[in-house]
Amino acid sequence: MKGAVAYTIFASLGDVMATIFGINLFALSGQLLVGLINGSFYALLSLGLAIIFGLLKIINFAQGAMYMLGAFFAWMALNYMGINYWWALLLVPLAVGVLAILMERFLVRPIANEDHLYSLLLTFGVALVLQGLFTHFYGSSGLPYQIPTELKGGTKLPFMYLPNYRAWIIVSSLVVCFSTWWVIEKTKLGAYLRAGTENPQLMQGFGINVPLITTLTFGFGVALAAFAGVLAAPVYSVSPEMGSNILIVVFAIVVIGGMGSIGGAILTGLMMGVVEGLTKFFYPEASTTVIFLFMVIVLLVKPAGLFGKEA
Amino acid sequence: MIKMNKLYLFLIVIALVAPSIVYPVFLMKLLCFALFACAFNLLLGFVGLLSFGHAVFLGTGGYITGYLMLHTGLTPELGILAGTLGAGLLGAVYGKLAVKREGIYFAMVTLALAQLAFFFYLQAPFTGGEDGLQGVPRGELFGLIDLNDNFAMYYFVLAIFIFGFWLVQRTVHSPFGQILKAIRENEPRAVSLGYNVNDYKWVAFIISSALAGLAGSTKTLVFQLASLTDVHWHMSGEVVLMTLLGGMGTIFGPLVGAGVVISIQNMLSGGELGNYIHIIMGIIFIVCVLAFRSGIVGEFQKLVKKNFG
Repeated sequence: MKGAVAYTIFASLGDVMATIFGINLFALSGQLLVGLINGSFYALLSLGLAIIFGLLKIINFAQGAMYMLGAFFAWMALNYMGINYWWALLLVPLAVGVLAILMERFLVRPIANEDHLYSLLLTFGVALVLQGLFTHFYGSSGLPYQIPTELKGGTKLPFMYLPNYRAWIIVSSLVVCFSTWWVIEKTKLGAYLRAGTENPQLMQGFGINVPLITTLTFGFGVALAAFAGVLAAPVYSVSPEMGSNILIVVFAIVVIGGMGSIGGAILTGLMMGVVEGLTKFFYPEASTTVIFLFMVIVLLVKPAGLFGKEA
Repeated sequence: MIKMNKLYLFLIVIALVAPSIVYPVFLMKLLCFALFACAFNLLLGFVGLLSFGHAVFLGTGGYITGYLMLHTGLTPELGILAGTLGAGLLGAVYGKLAVKREGIYFAMVTLALAQLAFFFYLQAPFTGGEDGLQGVPRGELFGLIDLNDNFAMYYFVLAIFIFGFWLVQRTVHSPFGQILKAIRENEPRAVSLGYNVNDYKWVAFIISSALAGLAGSTKTLVFQLASLTDVHWHMSGEVVLMTLLGGMGTIFGPLVGAGVVISIQNMLSGGELGNYIHIIMGIIFIVCVLAFRSGIVGEFQKLVKKNFG
């Protein structure tokens, strides 16, 4: 008798799994997956912004454009030079990082002592130029980028179908985010960085080359965005608009999380991606606005941000 | 002061005869954007607050006026009044939220709030989505003067601009405006003197957003169109550029900046160079920030001071 009941329960588990409270679990987990992917991109971009803000006290408005640049460089590398996805994943962030270093050296540093609003406007100008250039040469319709052969196909899980490439995005960005967190919080290099965030003059006094560290930090923060761009190229079409669309969302995420903590930036990014995914499932009309609404609530309840220290 | 009055008189005379020389619609566009930039400059130039989402107030004013003119047969002055009040109301809500954060965060919060409204307008049934509100009637001013005549419309727009410009000047030179400047120069000091800084910023934000709404409402009547372009972040960027290029914190800076930016856009649009518009705007931004932070009027004032002061 007991066994029979258990069997019936077991047999119908599959059906129950598919719909609980009338919710289609396949569709829900699908949206959650998309949410996690977007969350990975948000995490990479806001992590880059937070690292740059820590040392330079500026917000890089071109962070979105650099993400777009990452995707375009990957496309150009493949189509003009035959460089495949895996090499692009390594080389493109380096190339964009070098561009960022030049930008820091020749555009951002000359106004380092001015009001930080100027650097926001300067990087906004850079973003406009980059977006304008790529719109001019490639149009705004978007270019396709193939998923690398090694990651084609997918795995069938009991409640959903998981495409390999999407799993790869989540895993690789988590690895990169966590490594960055580990380097900053646990290593000697990270200690320099944190010291520079607290008191750059004192650190300079100890004989550490602060301007060099600042430049490299800027380059690395931007390289993170470019890495996200390469990852995004096969799932979203490569278009000049992709950067500005994501950047404004990332700004809201930065306000939600506060830029005081590296871990906080990563966590908030992932969390907001999931929130967006859930909204897409339960109330799709609000999916584009939910993160901004979340920001409004945070501003009302905890203006300094979830992980922020000061207003 | 007498010098200043003479200058104003001279400018008004120019403004009165201008439409017989220059295409009136271009002049009206210029005046609308100049008013928008003046409203923005009140925040950036005199309180030191960089709002990166000011287009939302321009667009909101435009949508309200457009909708009312299309569907209720209101007279234009009431339509514009409603648009202005609506934008001011939205400014009261957004301002209350935004003044909770400072500096760079303030810019990001305003940008995000504006994007929130952008997506709302994109989906809302009454805005016409991607098409916008087209064929908005200009109507008859006070039920008497037909505004379909471009000359009549021009003088109406000029009157609105002069009112807006005067209001900004009045605000800046009032005791209230002095406190705003004190906040810009040294906020902790203003706090220590007992001023509730956030409330001052908030009121300035409301005035600025209402005036931006006034500009948007007027613009909707001029072009008989309210569209998503006016709420887009590009538009927010443009008004920042106008103010920066003209000279923030100066009286005539926004006017000059709007003039230059609108003229460049007019020259490029339609031609082969139309594609380059954002590139050129971006380059102007970079050059302004690196070498030209006082803007055209600011640099001019410095020059005058150096040689004649």
